[in-house]
Amino acid sequence: MCGIVGLFLKDKALEPKLGAMLSEMLVSLSDRGPDSAGIAIYGAATGNEAKITVQSPKPDSDFRGLDAELAKAIGAPVSVAVKSTHAVIRTTPDKVDTAREALQTLRPNIRIMGAGEAVEIYKEVGLPEAVVDRFDVRSMTGTHGIGHTRMATESAVTTMGAHPFSTGADQCLVHNGSLSNHNNMRRELIRDGMKFETENDTEVAAAYLSNRMAHGKNLGEALEGTLSDLDGFFTFVVGTKNGFGVVRDPIACKPAVMAETDQYVAFGSEYRALTKLPGIDNARVWEPEPATVYFWEH
Amino acid sequence: MPANTMSKAERDQSHAHSQASRVFDLSQHSLRELNEALHKLTPGPNETAWEVLNPKGSHSVAVGVDQPVSIDVRGSVGYYCAGMNDGAAITVHGSAGPGVGENMMSGSIVIKGDASQYAGATGRGGLLVIEGNASSRCGISMKGIDIVVHGNIGHMSAFMAQSGNLVVLGDAGDALGDSIYEARLFVRGKVESLGADCIAKEMRPEHLELVQGLLDKAGVIGVKASEFKRYGSARKLYNFNIDNADAY
Repeated sequence: MCGIVGLFLKDKALEPKLGAMLSEMLVSLSDRGPDSAGIAIYGAATGNEAKITVQSPKPDSDFRGLDAELAKAIGAPVSVAVKSTHAVIRTTPDKVDTAREALQTLRPNIRIMGAGEAVEIYKEVGLPEAVVDRFDVRSMTGTHGIGHTRMATESAVTTMGAHPFSTGADQCLVHNGSLSNHNNMRRELIRDGMKFETENDTEVAAAYLSNRMAHGKNLGEALEGTLSDLDGFFTFVVGTKNGFGVVRDPIACKPAVMAETDQYVAFGSEYRALTKLPGIDNARVWEPEPATVYFWEH
Repeated sequence: MPANTMSKAERDQSHAHSQASRVFDLSQHSLRELNEALHKLTPGPNETAWEVLNPKGSHSVAVGVDQPVSIDVRGSVGYYCAGMNDGAAITVHGSAGPGVGENMMSGSIVIKGDASQYAGATGRGGLLVIEGNASSRCGISMKGIDIVVHGNIGHMSAFMAQSGNLVVLGDAGDALGDSIYEARLFVRGKVESLGADCIAKEMRPEHLELVQGLLDKAGVIGVKASEFKRYGSARKLYNFNIDNADAY
């Protein structure tokens, strides 16, 4: 199963409520996947700050003194905001790659969840309610976000196996389904320079999109490519710095419902996820067509 | 009178008596309480009209009802609404998730909005009306049910359909009637493609009569039976024949 949600705001007045709305949507789908949950939230990019979301199995020792040590190592200002097992490291955009390398030496236990100018990613083992509470997602503001609650089929139930998967700056993906050609595709992508953290099939889909966008495709074109290049069952919801996309495989057995009003575009595995959104009774509600790419950009 | 022989007008009339209906608010009571109350109904029930409020996408609303009562669901429902219905007249004033009316035995189900995938799957009898669109696999493995869709249907509809009638006022998606047996398919609009062993067939007088009867029962006005094309089985895949191997 798995449950996925996405919310792309058009009305700025809703931005302070993004975390609360997305949390509500995800929690409503808890019985589609009790193993782990995750959420990616996009705040407005300022252009002079980059964020790296990291996770540690030993947050107390790993995050203590990290700001000063990392600032010294990369020669740029660094701030570290700790949230439970995760922390958001802020620095200047030109230092992101240097900081990622330095983290490997300074804190070998730390895992990078994602990086970019806008995105923050939080994911852990446990029910959506517990994950949302742990990271205080309800208080988060932002322009758009995606979330996932997992019933694992293709790889172990671990923090790193939870969705969203992020394989490029400000890019992330959640998936309901299973891919059957992920091993071959992973090998092809590795040959083209992509790096992988897990054996998970969804990470391959995320890396596929990052790779295509790195080769100059836009989000819509990259999503179009999944239809011919990825084999298996999928409904994907994807976030980029200023965009939000949806695609389903041609068989389309993984459920999907979308709603659009003047204020937002929303996605849910089921209608249940959308019932508390403002104005839902008058929203345009539809089931996305198979093998059809939908995307919106700010 | 069993509900499956009620006319549209009679159904509307029974729904008009909603002041006297038993109201079940799913924001106040659990789904299980609703379904248990419906399952406790015995032949000749006094509570013949039910109204369900705030379904909010709940799964399995009014499944397994086996008495001729009318049930109005005010809002959209999730998976498997009205599954196994045997005699009730169930109206969803909203859209329905996957598997609405799965394995219906008799009675009627009306969806005022759209229906998700495999609407009416394996249905054995009764009438399922979808006033909006139905998505993929509508009427998959149908075994006697009648389905009338005012809008379009998605791909792989009527896959392995065995008997019953599927009437579509709009268009049909890819692979309509793949591996079909003896169900009859009537489509007014365009068919994206036909599945294996499904072919267009002549509309004979008895088919015009059949379609007109179903349109009347489904409350469709202003559409003539002669506007439909009929599709059914070429009967080449019933028994394995090596010459037809490519068609499987």
